Amino acid sequence: MATAAPAATSTVDLGPAAALSCRECGTEFPLGPSFACLECFGPLEIAYDYSGYDTAGLRARIEAGPASIWRYAPLLPVPAEVASRPNLNPGWTPLVAADRLGRELGFTGRLHVKDDSGNPTHSFKDRVVACAVEAARAFDFTTLSCSSTGNLAGAVGAAAARAGLRSCVFIPHDLEHAKIVMAAVYGGDLVGIEGNYDDVNRFCSELIGDPAGEGWGFVNVNLRPYYGEGSKTLAFEICEQLGWRLPEQIVVPIASGSQLTKIDKGLRELIRLGLVEDRPYRIFGAQATGCSPVAEAFKAGRDVIRPVKPDTIAKSLAIGNPADGPYVLDIARRTGGAVEDVTDAEVVEAIGLLARTEGIFAETAGGVTIGVLKKLVESGQLDPSRETVAINTGDGLKTLDAAAGAGLTAVIRPSLESFRAAGLG
Amino acid sequence: MSATVRIPTILRTYTDGRSEVTAEGATLAEVIADLDRNHTGIGARLLDDTGKLRRFVNVYVNDDDVRFADGLATEIPGGAGISIIPAVAGGC
Repeated sequence: MATAAPAATSTVDLGPAAALSCRECGTEFPLGPSFACLECFGPLEIAYDYSGYDTAGLRARIEAGPASIWRYAPLLPVPAEVASRPNLNPGWTPLVAADRLGRELGFTGRLHVKDDSGNPTHSFKDRVVACAVEAARAFDFTTLSCSSTGNLAGAVGAAAARAGLRSCVFIPHDLEHAKIVMAAVYGGDLVGIEGNYDDVNRFCSELIGDPAGEGWGFVNVNLRPYYGEGSKTLAFEICEQLGWRLPEQIVVPIASGSQLTKIDKGLRELIRLGLVEDRPYRIFGAQATGCSPVAEAFKAGRDVIRPVKPDTIAKSLAIGNPADGPYVLDIARRTGGAVEDVTDAEVVEAIGLLARTEGIFAETAGGVTIGVLKKLVESGQLDPSRETVAINTGDGLKTLDAAAGAGLTAVIRPSLESFRAAGLG
Repeated sequence: MSATVRIPTILRTYTDGRSEVTAEGATLAEVIADLDRNHTGIGARLLDDTGKLRRFVNVYVNDDDVRFADGLATEIPGGAGISIIPAVAGGC
């Protein structure tokens, strides 16, 4: 009988990655371009072989590494020489001490914003795509592809251009104009699908099973186990930037829930490897009310996510059927965190708040995170006396419409008289 | 009712490598039972021990996610196209 399993690829060099393991049933498979368990359809994750890692030596090796995610190459499914290959070298973004924002929100403990808008294509997606590109190379894919809510499309287009691969990416046809331009400029194919993100995702899953999709690496579908690992680097950087310490509380936006689950995985790996002291931490998830199936399930005490039809300005979070949602619920409950949501009006207000207090212009997803941070403090769910990190995943230039209320505060004639008359002097 | 069912790569071991098969049934549950009669073992891949659709399996009938309809009780119109897709995602 023909097998649909990917060919065994035990000879590929993906560093410490040893196998694919089902998160649901634990069945292991050889490393290959596969994302779903043949036994139960559960998601596959990377299983690592960390035997022989010397903790003291590892920390020194990381600190001496490049100022990018590749300083953590020993903890990622990438070859050891990854930093010398053509790629976007994302990561090592600022952990901003957000004292002014903290004061405004009533914090007595330290508040930080991990500002990932500084990545090469201005969102955290460069982290995950960089890992997926290494997997695409290992499996000899010639076309890099994805289903995207916008940010990922740009990250894939840019990474493919740098790596010399063809790109063909799929997005909902009605995305923000800036995101379309930022994805198209790299010269690959950019295809608008008449439907929402969940429709795009479904189409890509079908394309993979079709001969037309042969030789294609879909970063968030058949390369998903490798891709997802890139989000761990957010956790690694936050801990290293805190002086190799775990944050006490962390607020993460949720679309599919992948980033939140990988941040938790990254924190646990650092603990297991002895790179940080094991102490409790709480993880909070942030959604927009117009697409909040995980928050709804959390508040209702349910384990099952009921898919929704998204209706929010936070399009990068508009995934109505979040694949990792059940895991987000598990993590929020296990760590004593919560999942909360804010309205589009609160998102816009939070974008302004972060910009005004910290000089960070976040895209709508960042507005969701900061809006939820505020709501969590106000509702007593998050303790403002504890050290807290909120993640801004992207640049406000990509979602300018959300900040359309911002504009000239005055128009004057070029004279001092006019300046004073306007109350500016 | 007869429906055309698109089979994802990871289940084609049960359909001799075919990406599309036909199955009979008035509801999705009946279609899956019919699939299993003709492709032994495929039903256990789609349904858990309690007979519910597995958490990471998405099924679409004529482009509509059955979770927005009646799940396994979703009616299958004659000539319907059914897609079975493992759950995956992007975004944050």
